[in-house]
Amino acid sequence: MNKIKSIDDLRKMKKDLEFGMNIREKSNSPESLVQIRVAMATCGIASGAREVMNAMIEKIEKDKIPAVVTQGGCMGYCYAEPTVEVKVPGKDPVVFGYVSPKVAVEILEKYVLNGELIEGIIPTNYQSINQ
Amino acid sequence: MASYKMHLLVCGGTGCRASESAKIVEELSVEIKRVGLENDAQVLTTGCFGFCEKGPIVKVVPDNTFYTQVKPGDCKEIIEEHILKGRKVKRLLYEDPTTKEHIEDSKHMQFYQKQIRIALRNCGFIDPENIDEYIARDGYSALAKVLGEYTPQQTIDIIKKSGLRGRGGGGFPTGLKWEIASKNKADQKYVVCNADEGDPGAFMDRSILEGDPHSIIEAMAICGYSIGATKGIIYIRAEYPLAISRLKVAGRQCRAYGLLGKDIMGTGFDFELELRYGAGAFVCGEETALIRSMEGFRGEPTVKPPFPAEKGYMGKPTNVNNVETFANVPAIILKGADWFSSIGTEKSKGTKVFALAGKINNVGLIEVPMGITLREVIYEIGGGIKGGKKFKAVQTGGPSGGCLTEKHLDVPIDYDNLIAAGSMMGSGGMIVMDEDDCMVAVAKFYLEFTVEESCGKCAPCRVGNKRLHENLEKICNGRGTTEDVEYLKNLGKVIKDTALCGLGQTSPNPVLSTIEHFYDEYLAHVTERRCPAGQCKALKLYTIIADKCTGCTACVRACPVAAITGEKRQPHVIDAEKCIRCGACFDKCKFSAIHVQ
Repeated sequence: MNKIKSIDDLRKMKKDLEFGMNIREKSNSPESLVQIRVAMATCGIASGAREVMNAMIEKIEKDKIPAVVTQGGCMGYCYAEPTVEVKVPGKDPVVFGYVSPKVAVEILEKYVLNGELIEGIIPTNYQSINQ
Repeated sequence: MASYKMHLLVCGGTGCRASESAKIVEELSVEIKRVGLENDAQVLTTGCFGFCEKGPIVKVVPDNTFYTQVKPGDCKEIIEEHILKGRKVKRLLYEDPTTKEHIEDSKHMQFYQKQIRIALRNCGFIDPENIDEYIARDGYSALAKVLGEYTPQQTIDIIKKSGLRGRGGGGFPTGLKWEIASKNKADQKYVVCNADEGDPGAFMDRSILEGDPHSIIEAMAICGYSIGATKGIIYIRAEYPLAISRLKVAGRQCRAYGLLGKDIMGTGFDFELELRYGAGAFVCGEETALIRSMEGFRGEPTVKPPFPAEKGYMGKPTNVNNVETFANVPAIILKGADWFSSIGTEKSKGTKVFALAGKINNVGLIEVPMGITLREVIYEIGGGIKGGKKFKAVQTGGPSGGCLTEKHLDVPIDYDNLIAAGSMMGSGGMIVMDEDDCMVAVAKFYLEFTVEESCGKCAPCRVGNKRLHENLEKICNGRGTTEDVEYLKNLGKVIKDTALCGLGQTSPNPVLSTIEHFYDEYLAHVTERRCPAGQCKALKLYTIIADKCTGCTACVRACPVAAITGEKRQPHVIDAEKCIRCGACFDKCKFSAIHVQ
């Protein structure tokens, strides 16, 4: 362990360490964040949901997007797996189907950050997160 | 650094550890490896979540899933279902007692909704044995801010302005205490942390030390800088082995990082810390007795003045603060005095940690803003009285406090209101009593405690409390008179006026407050020889209801003193003279034919 030799040392150290706590900090105030739920039932995992989730988490961490990724169970859209449900604060949740890691990044860039809708939305008539 | 997608936080407080939480951590880690997710999910031991009633607790983030009463055998299912497949394990989720619904995440639990966590900000959130997690959450930033930006006087002014008052019970303004200590000149001064938590049923300080030891070390260093002390001592009871071990780990990490020792963070400020173990005497929580004990003498209080701020440990100016008081300090420095004073009531700022215990559904540790009502604490956070029984009283302030009754349910809780209601804030123990509790017996219980814990130095406490206790015993045994109740009142007042230290001066409070609020119950004991709650054994009268008795003779065989007689298949009778009120017949009777009065 290195000694903390100055106040700036401590500040720098905090910056480096913050990263590891991110996931817990975010869980403290989920309602103010974009909540993303990746369906991770057997069907989802078999179609590559774990890769999709990893791609999203990486992108969120890299670009510091105020979003939190959790896993959910099967939503019933097994034909369209992997599916991702995105809930932007103040808006109704949107479900995307046939999501690949590439599409996942696109969802973040276009829908989450700019509010543009992209291909692959599954029309929904239910409410999920926060219900 | 591996980037985890999920954290599994397992409570490592004393309560949950007693229910095998250490084994749960082990099992969870094994299972995660088995399914190959060791790079995705991380298992951590944290401090207390406060929801001790349903421990051990496992919390999964970021989705805030709150699993209760987890057993090592459940770990496989949690990992396979939740972590691997995203399906929460329903049977382990908390069930709302009124709606009977499983609540998926802690944000929706009523227990947490009214809480504001300042002193407990890191408890159940970080790994207390990992200084990096503390630093990541702005740990030691308050110390850095103080050392880099403020003079000692400016620091004291912030604490003064925040309105923080001592959380150990007395409620003395913390900033003022620091100022007095800072103004006394000496070659050596001391900062002491009072971790001699002794009230029955209280575990606030223990949980803070176990869950967030660094916050105390940081606050003590800040205090040291403010008053000009370079030495800090934590006086902690030896009965808190886990808190001691976590403090030791924290101290070692600080030294390795240079956050304790010489020239901290290159600012020229020196601060050293040591631990002293108390043998668990209640009186040592009184600051002058604590100092005597640290000096190696018997733990007996001394006359104030001189106050410790003038002549304390080794005759040097010493500032003593309670654990919870210190835990608030770094947050105040970082977020500002105005932020802190915006929470709470006019004269009591911030929050208070309470240990909820007794006949309440959610036993546990809570932190609520000052000014909350007892009703909110008991019925909303606490989930109401166990078994749907009727609320009778709540004891606050431990053996020094008093009882609050139904008419106090809507009084905003703060230092001054509780004193006006005949009790006190105390360190934060809150024991809830229902209709089955006899208030005379409750007063007797506390007196028993005080008699045992009296150091014996002054006569009012040593002799007076013993007399109070004898009198209460007499009343509980059905030999009391109305004069005895008057005697209790008078003697209680004398002890209050004449005892040497805070312990003695407050020890009659449980008696006086129960007499005030439950005078009828005392009267029933002495005039009717009856215990309305049915708790005082000697006042119970066992009789057999002839209509219900089948003469099965089960009670005859159960009675250890042969007080029951009667022919087979004929109603039996109990000889009240011989009966020792053990209740064996009552337990044995299958026909509810035994009547207890």
